[in-house]
Amino acid sequence: MSETKSRYQRVAYYPGCALEGTGHAYNRSTKAVGKALGLELDEVKNWNCCGAMEVKNVDPKVQTYLSSRVLSIAAHEMKADVVMAPCNGCYHNLKKAEHDLAHDGASREVVAAIAGKAGDKPYEAGTVETIHALDWIKHGIGEAGLKARVKNSLAGLKVANYYGCMYTRPRHIFPEKDKGPGTESTSKPHFMDDLLAAAGAVNVDFPLKTACCGGAHTLSDSDVSTRLVLNILRAAEAAGADVIATECPTCHSGLEMHQVRAEKVLGQKTRVKMLYFTQLLGVALGLSPRAVGVHENVSDGLEALRARNIA
Amino acid sequence: MRTIADIDREIDAAPATREAAAEARRLLALAEEVLEAWVRARGGEPTQGEREGFRLLALHRQGADGLPSFNACRETCREIAYHYNLLAIPSAEGEAARRAAMMGLLVRHLALFVGGKLEVEKLGDFCCASTPVRRADN
Repeated sequence: MSETKSRYQRVAYYPGCALEGTGHAYNRSTKAVGKALGLELDEVKNWNCCGAMEVKNVDPKVQTYLSSRVLSIAAHEMKADVVMAPCNGCYHNLKKAEHDLAHDGASREVVAAIAGKAGDKPYEAGTVETIHALDWIKHGIGEAGLKARVKNSLAGLKVANYYGCMYTRPRHIFPEKDKGPGTESTSKPHFMDDLLAAAGAVNVDFPLKTACCGGAHTLSDSDVSTRLVLNILRAAEAAGADVIATECPTCHSGLEMHQVRAEKVLGQKTRVKMLYFTQLLGVALGLSPRAVGVHENVSDGLEALRARNIA
Repeated sequence: MRTIADIDREIDAAPATREAAAEARRLLALAEEVLEAWVRARGGEPTQGEREGFRLLALHRQGADGLPSFNACRETCREIAYHYNLLAIPSAEGEAARRAAMMGLLVRHLALFVGGKLEVEKLGDFCCASTPVRRADN
């Protein structure tokens, strides 16, 4: 077993706020898939908000502290060397904190000062590795390992993989990406495509896989978000997709919510369904749709699975 | 100079010819017009230069100068260039029509993003730049 694969067998799990709310099905399916694959998750103790966009837009260094506190708990209290964050926003912010603390003295000073007041041990860059759920399964199990465990192939299911914007941008906070074969690409990410193909799905060519959905403005400027999402949904349908696979709770709920809104406000109906990639993998591994929370989605993914005799 | 909304309406106009390469040129020109509008709105003069053989990519780079959040449409521009190249390759009529339709959706996404960004300056900020509101305080 490779060193990376070995380290990913048991990781500190940082679900983040969204997975306890709108992304509950993602939390449920991530845990269920991990269990089915024999990968272990230790939830970070007493974790806090990563700073998301709200704190970051007011003071980015406070966001760096908040994200670094999560890493500090994993490193010092749990003695973990890998933290897995399935939410793109959390993943992005933890990676950004890692980058800032490694390259910016002012960020280190602010984090040390706040941590001192809070009674925390400041996080030192390079102590733990932050990974996404895609990295966890891709490197912890791999396509061959996954294929060997498939009990209910996704054969025939046409999937458009939507990665959203935060999984790959900005490039400089993801130094492990774009390193050639076996690594993730920031311009054309493919880890989700690889895993779902191993589970039998047919990945369609989807050119908007990292396109902006206007997610950050979903409440303040809903019309902009609705039109961007509608275009993403139409592109997925034009590519022949039955479902859009997601790997972020914000992307997922944005696509679902604006699909409904596009029909109500713009009179534009689209039929493509949204499912978390962990829900699709769970079903492929033989878990029931209910066990991976398909019933908790707004979009009726069960209909798409039944149409292909997968559920 | 046309507005983004005018350009957006033009995307779905019936092609003057069924020739795929001509339709690709039409859509590429619309995408360039979208970025020209963005550059002009920021007080610049749209470049006539090219990057990797495409003025579109040079315009994107110009539009993103000093504004990293504009990179949220970088891959969309690259996909437009890719589809332009695909349409230059002879293919079955149905396939060419499918590719042209997808290129149209890509140009629309660019128009929606830039149009949105002209209204909402911070569109795309969380994902790729995270520009602090109180930059002067940091």
